[in-house]
Amino acid sequence: MDRAATAEKIAGIIEPFNKKGVEITDASTFAGDLEFDSLTVMDFVAAIEDEFDIIISMNQQAEIETYGQLIDAVVKLQG
Amino acid sequence: MTDLFSKFDPLIELRTNLLAHGQEDPFNLVMERVISPTEAVCNGRPTILLGTYNYMGMTFDPDVIEAGKQALDDFGSGTTGSRVLNGTYAGHRAVEDALKEFYGMDHAMVFSTGYQANLGIISTVAGKGDYIVLDIDSHASIWDGCKMGDAEVVPFKHNDIEAMEKRLKRIPEGAGKLVVLEGVYSMLGDIAPLKEMIRVAKDNGAMVLVDEAHSMGFIGPNGRGVAEDQGVLDQVDFVIGTFSKSVGTVGGFCVSNHPKFEILRLVCRPYVFTASLPPSVVHTASTSIRKLMHAGNKRAHLWENSRVLHQGLRDKGFQLGTEKAESAIIAVIMPDLEKGAAMWEALLKEGLYVNLARPPATPANMTLLRCSLCAEHTAEQVQTIIGMFERAGKAVGII
Repeated sequence: MDRAATAEKIAGIIEPFNKKGVEITDASTFAGDLEFDSLTVMDFVAAIEDEFDIIISMNQQAEIETYGQLIDAVVKLQG
Repeated sequence: MTDLFSKFDPLIELRTNLLAHGQEDPFNLVMERVISPTEAVCNGRPTILLGTYNYMGMTFDPDVIEAGKQALDDFGSGTTGSRVLNGTYAGHRAVEDALKEFYGMDHAMVFSTGYQANLGIISTVAGKGDYIVLDIDSHASIWDGCKMGDAEVVPFKHNDIEAMEKRLKRIPEGAGKLVVLEGVYSMLGDIAPLKEMIRVAKDNGAMVLVDEAHSMGFIGPNGRGVAEDQGVLDQVDFVIGTFSKSVGTVGGFCVSNHPKFEILRLVCRPYVFTASLPPSVVHTASTSIRKLMHAGNKRAHLWENSRVLHQGLRDKGFQLGTEKAESAIIAVIMPDLEKGAAMWEALLKEGLYVNLARPPATPANMTLLRCSLCAEHTAEQVQTIIGMFERAGKAVGII
């Protein structure tokens, strides 16, 4: 799946987690802009993993701070 | 002024606000005198202890105390050395033998604390390129063990067998896999469906580590823990445990049937680079462990205490962490930290000590009053405790 198609799918998945309706760009940060706490992160990561049938380990999550970085990581992880 | 301590400012402020209202500090309690496994003088008041993890009440067992005193006389106050240098005494071997017998396993390795046992085994066994699949509600020592090693760390939703299985199946072919579970989860006192989870782990070629810190001594027909109770102990590759709960002293251990297990003594850094337990500690531990092998009546009484307290608190209208008593931990869910701290203090003034647990140690950002029962609590004490909870709960406005 290319970046555009991956981004579109992720946009659908993140919607219910974006409770404050923040406008999301590639530069949006999960901890700062989206105010995701650790529980939200876990549920959101699980949703992404299940959709794309991938693993995003904690080690990899530590490198992902922004929405754009997540899309890039998911593209890469799909191989 | 901004310096390295600035990151603690929010916590400092939270504590300052809490204590400004005259609240006694829940994290700075002093036990001036300890009368028995169930009673002490805390902050100047005679207090029933209901938050000690002293499940089997072994801390004042006369045989245990005698063994410790004798060891002090015979071997001195400390070993001043690592297990792999000058720190292995006859007592260290003896306690490892007692553990092998207690669990019916081939190998036992004793660490200076339970924390170090998880830290050491997990970080050593799972290395670069391996995968650790673990429950999201795992204890801090498990997380720290993951962080210290170089493996890929993959958490799954608490006790969710399907979520665990999905993650195991996605791990690249050929990678080593370690599944880390706990028998009893100490925050809510709930147990894991180990039978199903271990079957799934084994079907997917993973090794299994189970932390049985909160079940040793009283869950399972021989007190070997939840895995024994569910008939799957023989499937567990590593059992982690502690001496600081049912055993009644301090220390940690790992037991295993793995034929190459002994090599860990040379490669496990939290085992090698620390001083071994003092002789008095290992002698009290082995005496206690051997007595726990034959503690069927105490186990039965502890279960009775746990069920009565659970039902009693429920009947008074408290919200609890589990539907029924699954272990000797009964977690009472508080509406928020402020009410929880007020309730904790009201109970202390009634003469009852429980643990106040708050985020991030707790799941789902809950504030909990955690009660852990002891086999030495009398049926009468349990009724007294329920009455104290009722009065404090009404005073604070929780029930």
